[in-house]
Amino acid sequence: MLRLVIQRGLLALATLVLVSLVIFGATEVLPGDVASAILGREATPARLAALRAELGLDQPAPSRYFEWLGGAVRGDFGRSLARPAAPVGPLIAERMRVTGWLALIATLIGVPLALGLGISAGLLRDHPADLAISVVALVAQSVPEFVIGALLILAFGITWPILPAVTVVSSDAPLAALAPNLVLPAATLVIVMTAYVLRMVRGSLIDVLDSEYIHMATLKGLPHRRVIAAHALPNALLPTINAVALTVAWLIGGVVVVETVFNLPGVGRLMVSAVEDRDLPLVQALGLLGAACYIGINLLADLATLWLSPRLRARQR
Amino acid sequence: MSAPPLLAIDNLSIGYAAADGMRVVVHQVSLTLDRGERLGIVGESGCGKSTLALALLGFVRRGGQRLGGTVRLDGADIFRLPPDAVQRLRGRRIALVPQNAGQALSPGMPVGDQIAEVLQTHLGWSRQVARSHASHWLARVELPDPPALLRRFPHELSGGQQQRVAIAMALAAEPALVVLDEPTTGLDATTQQQVLALLGELVAASGTALVVVSHDLGVIARCSDRMAVMYAGEVVEHGATDATLTVPRHPYTRGLLASVPQLASAGIPATLPGMPPVPARLRPAGCAFAPRCAWADAQCRTTAPAPGGGGGTVVRCHHWRRAGAAGAAVVTAPPRPIAPSGATPHLSLCGVTVSYARPGVLDWFRAPRQPTARPAVSDVTLALAPGTTLALVGESGSGKSTLARTIAGLERASAGTLHSLDDDLSLPVHRRPHELRRRIQLIFQNPDAALNPRHPVATILARPLRVFHRLSAADIRRRSVALLEQMRLGEEYLGRLPGQLSGGEKQRVAIARAFIVEPAIVLCDEVVSALDVSVQAAVLQLLIELQQRHRVSYLFIAHDLAVVRAIADTVAVLYRGHVCELGSAAQVFTPPFHPYTASLLQAARLAPGAPGAGPPAVDTGRGCPFVDRCPRRIEPLCGQQPPPWRTTAPGHRIRCHLPPEQLDQTGMPPHADWRST
Amino acid sequence: MSAAAPRRPWAATAWHAWRRARRSPGMLPGMLVLALHLMAALAAPLIVPHSPTAIAPERALAGPSPAHPFGNDRFGRDLLSRVMLGGRIAIAIGLTGGAIAVLLGGLVGVLVGYLGGLTDELVMRLVDALIAIPGLLLLLVVVTGLGNGYGVILLAMVLSYAPGAARVARAAAHEYVPRDFITAARARGEHALAVAGLELWPNVVGVLLVEFAMRTSWIVLSVSGLSFLGFGVNPPTPDWGLMIAENRSMLALAPWGVVFPLAAMATLVVALNLVADGLAQLLGVDRTTEAR
Repeated sequence: MLRLVIQRGLLALATLVLVSLVIFGATEVLPGDVASAILGREATPARLAALRAELGLDQPAPSRYFEWLGGAVRGDFGRSLARPAAPVGPLIAERMRVTGWLALIATLIGVPLALGLGISAGLLRDHPADLAISVVALVAQSVPEFVIGALLILAFGITWPILPAVTVVSSDAPLAALAPNLVLPAATLVIVMTAYVLRMVRGSLIDVLDSEYIHMATLKGLPHRRVIAAHALPNALLPTINAVALTVAWLIGGVVVVETVFNLPGVGRLMVSAVEDRDLPLVQALGLLGAACYIGINLLADLATLWLSPRLRARQR
Repeated sequence: MSAPPLLAIDNLSIGYAAADGMRVVVHQVSLTLDRGERLGIVGESGCGKSTLALALLGFVRRGGQRLGGTVRLDGADIFRLPPDAVQRLRGRRIALVPQNAGQALSPGMPVGDQIAEVLQTHLGWSRQVARSHASHWLARVELPDPPALLRRFPHELSGGQQQRVAIAMALAAEPALVVLDEPTTGLDATTQQQVLALLGELVAASGTALVVVSHDLGVIARCSDRMAVMYAGEVVEHGATDATLTVPRHPYTRGLLASVPQLASAGIPATLPGMPPVPARLRPAGCAFAPRCAWADAQCRTTAPAPGGGGGTVVRCHHWRRAGAAGAAVVTAPPRPIAPSGATPHLSLCGVTVSYARPGVLDWFRAPRQPTARPAVSDVTLALAPGTTLALVGESGSGKSTLARTIAGLERASAGTLHSLDDDLSLPVHRRPHELRRRIQLIFQNPDAALNPRHPVATILARPLRVFHRLSAADIRRRSVALLEQMRLGEEYLGRLPGQLSGGEKQRVAIARAFIVEPAIVLCDEVVSALDVSVQAAVLQLLIELQQRHRVSYLFIAHDLAVVRAIADTVAVLYRGHVCELGSAAQVFTPPFHPYTASLLQAARLAPGAPGAGPPAVDTGRGCPFVDRCPRRIEPLCGQQPPPWRTTAPGHRIRCHLPPEQLDQTGMPPHADWRST
Repeated sequence: MSAAAPRRPWAATAWHAWRRARRSPGMLPGMLVLALHLMAALAAPLIVPHSPTAIAPERALAGPSPAHPFGNDRFGRDLLSRVMLGGRIAIAIGLTGGAIAVLLGGLVGVLVGYLGGLTDELVMRLVDALIAIPGLLLLLVVVTGLGNGYGVILLAMVLSYAPGAARVARAAAHEYVPRDFITAARARGEHALAVAGLELWPNVVGVLLVEFAMRTSWIVLSVSGLSFLGFGVNPPTPDWGLMIAENRSMLALAPWGVVFPLAAMATLVVALNLVADGLAQLLGVDRTTEAR
């Protein structure tokens, strides 16, 4: 087991290094460079050269990459271009709190909801209830997050104003002040995430219910409840751990949009304004952060699956 | 009024919904079974026997439904009982041993719990009591170390062990009736033999009634008092097992019996024409077997025969008196000329050893694998004379397929030399000369996997011609059609996809693909073992014809000794990559035998007497490879020193520490015996 | 099937496919809606009743009327015309991006799936890395680096969605690689490209077709998401995502500004999903292993 943890950990690390290469490559191959982006109309050849030297842009790309990566490893992502005094790291850390709460709430509500609905739909295969759940899930998957967010604002912020439609608190507001602002964004994420995970759970359960060992459990004379609880669900839910982890990708992308819709001062909004400002160090750092979250959560899911599956537990002994 | 029989099936029909309507899979079957009786149900794939087996437990797979008739257990109609009442019967009064235990055991639950939950559910026992009883059952099915095994998961057991667990699970609550659906299919002959012996003892001790469903006449012969023969969803013949096997009444039963190769005699068995039918929406107006029947006349094609017969036998045939009186089924055995022994071999292997590659750097990142301690093939020396057949026999894992893949250039030999005439076969396939690749062709075991499902037959046959010969489209078509004709397939097959062919037809196309480039050596890897018996004989016949016509040599890999007996000129017996006996077919199949050959023959005859008795010896890796299972090993010699080759007759060599005169104790039976296929 | 095998296999296959398609209830409506959308996107410039960019302050936020069935936005622009034209860019990028992503990813996936070994390992690591950057973030990173022209958006979409297609194709290929018809091809000494192209490709093409439908729908959603954030289509060009973004602040006052473009986009995406589901059922594709 330890060997496997190390193996997977190294693999994840290698992937993260490749990710950094992709992000650096995608942002630094541009024809214009950061210096001219900063100076804009004030650019003169002399000032450009000076700024390039100051930012280290006159170095060849590989050495700049290693310098950036070396900094990133130490937690130093450089200084923001749009907010010249601000180092990127603290800028992000400050916003993490809001996004962290948002993601946590969405996951804690969304995952159980998706499991419950997915299992119900799978057990009631082809029943009207299954059909209804599946159709709603398909539609929820087909409507973009910003639309769901807008509709929720219309319903609960304007038509029936019980919740703030747009956030006005800052990122360091106390949780009590922040909480009402998180309800609708979290609901938006829950809807999108649930739709996806639910379909996976349903499909996995239906496959398992058609398997030989479920037939055998029935033909042994076990009561239906025991067949489902002891034989079908454990085997059907194992692969959905990975499905849940994969939705994290959706969640991270969704956070960007949802924070913009609700004007939430989180990391997602920061990303949008960084892109607007072409604030390269900030964009790079946020891209890397998103990928690291994704890789980390998938690594955990991988290890959890391996640990829970009897194949691996057996090998431990 | 007397008590109802244990099991009464009356006029049962079951169908499956298909796009074009209901396909009838079981058609008006009526059978009864009393306490302690053993009933065998035999038939080829698609005859409805597995559907019938599950229906005895009141179960029909998704998409299927009971169209009529009843199944009564202790007089109660199982299809009309409320669901919870049925659940109380299943596992308690009637239990199932499934076809594939590996898939039927729940992957995430220890096997001990899977046995225990039957007892907890039906007998209301506590988990602890149930588990200790499960442990007791694991011991009764002769599994080693039951307390430890209770906690194992299904995937940690071998196929034979899984099957034993399934048997323990079925017998645990001491049901009155056990249904066994192909109980030993997929197991090695020796394992199969042991499982059947065990089952016999357990059932005899408890007086449980059995229904054994199998395609294997050997299994039926061994495990049943009465047998029913199914064809196209119907029971066509039903009677005492001994009587049915000695004097079959129905033409299909006769044909089926005749098409089974016999250990006792060389030569190809008689073939049944045509293919087994697939379940159809509309049942034929007449007898379902009429299209393949030699006795069929106008009446057979228009009127379905009613059950007839007498003396304890029921036959569905208009002509059973004539068919039954036509004398015993004859095996056609044209002795084939053996090629002159002095000819230069087409293929010669000398000291060939194949071990799988050492793990590379990247392997560290993959899931840990079992270390490959011993080579798959070890120090094999063989020669294949032109126009003859050399058979490689052994259980799964004996390295016989690896050897074929090495000859084809798909694996690399780590030691030894391989030659075909002047060509060096140690080169991997992509570095071999064009001509050499053409001269060696492969035919595979599973015709479903051997043909690209998206290519029509024309494309399948054209590709080798494009690679090896530069031919025009018209020439390609001409040659394809000519070869299809030799396979007894018409030109219309060119446009068909593999999914539209039956198993036998697919295998003929696969054979055609090998022969279309006029090879000199054809490597046949278990080419008939996935086919139905009645189709198998015809494919063997075809292979012999092609050999005589094209003067090819076959390297024929098989685990089925009777098939080898039918087709081989020379035989090499492999155990764990080592050749342990080598000789002409006649020599290998008559004493003296290598102890391993003897145990294979015993298992193939389903003869009692478990091979591999005694605790496993300490395997030092230096001694005889068979030492751990050998019933006649000499301690400690066999475990420490490699055995010598002993020549018992010209061309017959046995590798054993025992002298040949001590090796002839297991004689062949004097007459044909029903054995496994 | 042997005895009754039909004369013309392709006709029979098509007939069989049609029967199976009918068992997937969403397939026909999905195809119908998809066809409508495609026709509308192609013909829109010729048939729109009004100019999509003509400003008419007097009709600002006017509700649906006979002359303007979908109403007008805050600049008084005709929403029907804008909705009709608003899908063209998303659909064009969706179809081309989906096709390129699936073809490129599919070819690479099949080839490395067959080759295995070090090539496979390296390519799949790169694929993993691209998948590890959550979709929208990758799009934003590329847009930051290269600007937001349609070409860049297309490139970003391919970069974002081809790796998933490669994974799916590789998994599909792995199902066939151990089969004996591949062994037979290897024993003939066929080149890897011939094995991948002639033997494997016909078997994975069904899976890839399903992927194409799915990925097209995701790209349509992504393009609208980019437009919403302000990095996709630039105003005043009509685009559903952009229209929803522009009009959402007026949602309570003039809901038609959001409802109609949303309905158009949602029907397209649902239709693509239905077609993908239908294709999967039709071609017997196992969809339990979905990658992004």
